[in-house]
Amino acid sequence: MAELRFTKDHEWIRLDGDVATIGITDHAQNALGDVVFVDLPEPGREVTEGEACAVVESVKAASDVYAPVAGKVVETNAALVENPALINSAPTGEGWFFKIGGVEAATVDALMDEAAYAAFVDSLA
Amino acid sequence: MVPFAGYAMPVQYPAGIMAEHLHTRASAGLFDVSHMGQAELIGEGAAAALEKLTPADVQILKPGRQRYGVLMTETGGILDDFMVANRGDRLFLVLNASRKHLDIPAIEAVLPAGVTLRPLPDRALVALQGPGAVPALATLAPGIAAMKFMDFSEFEIAGVPCLVSRSGYTGEDGVEISIPAEQAEAVAKALLALPGVMPAGLGARDSLRLEAGLCLYGNDLDETTSPVEANLVWTMGKRRRTAWDFRGAERCRDELDNGAKRLRVGIQPEGRQPARGHTPVQVSGEVVGEITSGGFGPSVNAPVAMGYVARGAAADGTALELMVRGKALPARICPLPFAPHRYAR
Repeated sequence: MAELRFTKDHEWIRLDGDVATIGITDHAQNALGDVVFVDLPEPGREVTEGEACAVVESVKAASDVYAPVAGKVVETNAALVENPALINSAPTGEGWFFKIGGVEAATVDALMDEAAYAAFVDSLA
Repeated sequence: MVPFAGYAMPVQYPAGIMAEHLHTRASAGLFDVSHMGQAELIGEGAAAALEKLTPADVQILKPGRQRYGVLMTETGGILDDFMVANRGDRLFLVLNASRKHLDIPAIEAVLPAGVTLRPLPDRALVALQGPGAVPALATLAPGIAAMKFMDFSEFEIAGVPCLVSRSGYTGEDGVEISIPAEQAEAVAKALLALPGVMPAGLGARDSLRLEAGLCLYGNDLDETTSPVEANLVWTMGKRRRTAWDFRGAERCRDELDNGAKRLRVGIQPEGRQPARGHTPVQVSGEVVGEITSGGFGPSVNAPVAMGYVARGAAADGTALELMVRGKALPARICPLPFAPHRYAR
């Protein structure tokens, strides 16, 4: 399985072929607290890089989730509708949000790797 | 920790808002609410003087009893909401942190010679809330078990003289405890050591009070809302509603006679999606009001909200659309509270 890349909006992305799976990081779920609802994009929607396309709501607040790369939404995680707490318990696993197809590998490679993201999170503290 | 009204405030402890909220309803949560303003009003005629600013009946309040009320603006809006207790030789007040700088000069301005207002910035305030709160606390101060809801008395807790009221802001049984600041940490540690007590932050305090249908000043009450609109007519004494001798009475009287333009109501969104404060509320595509507090209710296990709507749209069961991020979320007007009050009456 491909390694994870990260954005400054605290999202992770994993590329398999030209399909990217996207979710929020452990740091993000920890800051949000208990997630109670997610609003996911419609499959088929074309998204541009940086476009707000999902919303995650915790007991505390609502936050946008952005498309880290451009492409077409090909699948969303139906399990989150019933059990949004998966985002807290398995943020980089079962708690994934959506998949974008038609993604160029170079755009994903340009994002932060795990070490760079860890340094970025440390710089926020 | 986050800044609030000049204080560093814990939004949540490591357990998180959901766990702190549910634990408070099941057992007991300890909240540090020392940012609240405390003050005492001393002198002959203190109660009558305070009544110039509030429609609450303060003069009828017996020694050892407390009540909730609002302070009024000249134009019939709400300057603040507050608690007042009769300590026999003085009145004890609890004011909002964000409003005390306005409340104190407003009260001082109506005091006759011989009555003085003394702010008590050297006192901390903690709330121990939940069905396990009083049974646990009674192991340190047995007399507290005999108190009823809104009783107010002095007790020694862990060797420290405290002022205790059987009240709170969660809808649960429990107490609020005023403590000399330099001994507050020792008392807080003694309370946290009691079986079943967990520290709880402002996040849980907010979700608990919202489920209990209790107002938050700045969200659900402000200088534009009247006690009639806010559904707080019950805080206005019967005698006060005959004499109409408090600041802002004219507007309250007119609204009671002719109906208020808008009313505070409970709002139950359908489904799982929360609608937050400032969400526009519509009926059949027309804006009729706004949510003032909204979020997810951990005990209700569903989104909960309250807000103001036009009187014609305020009936229980009225179908609403909440405009969340441009989409209409179906909802209904519902009775408050969402979680039943469990006070020790």
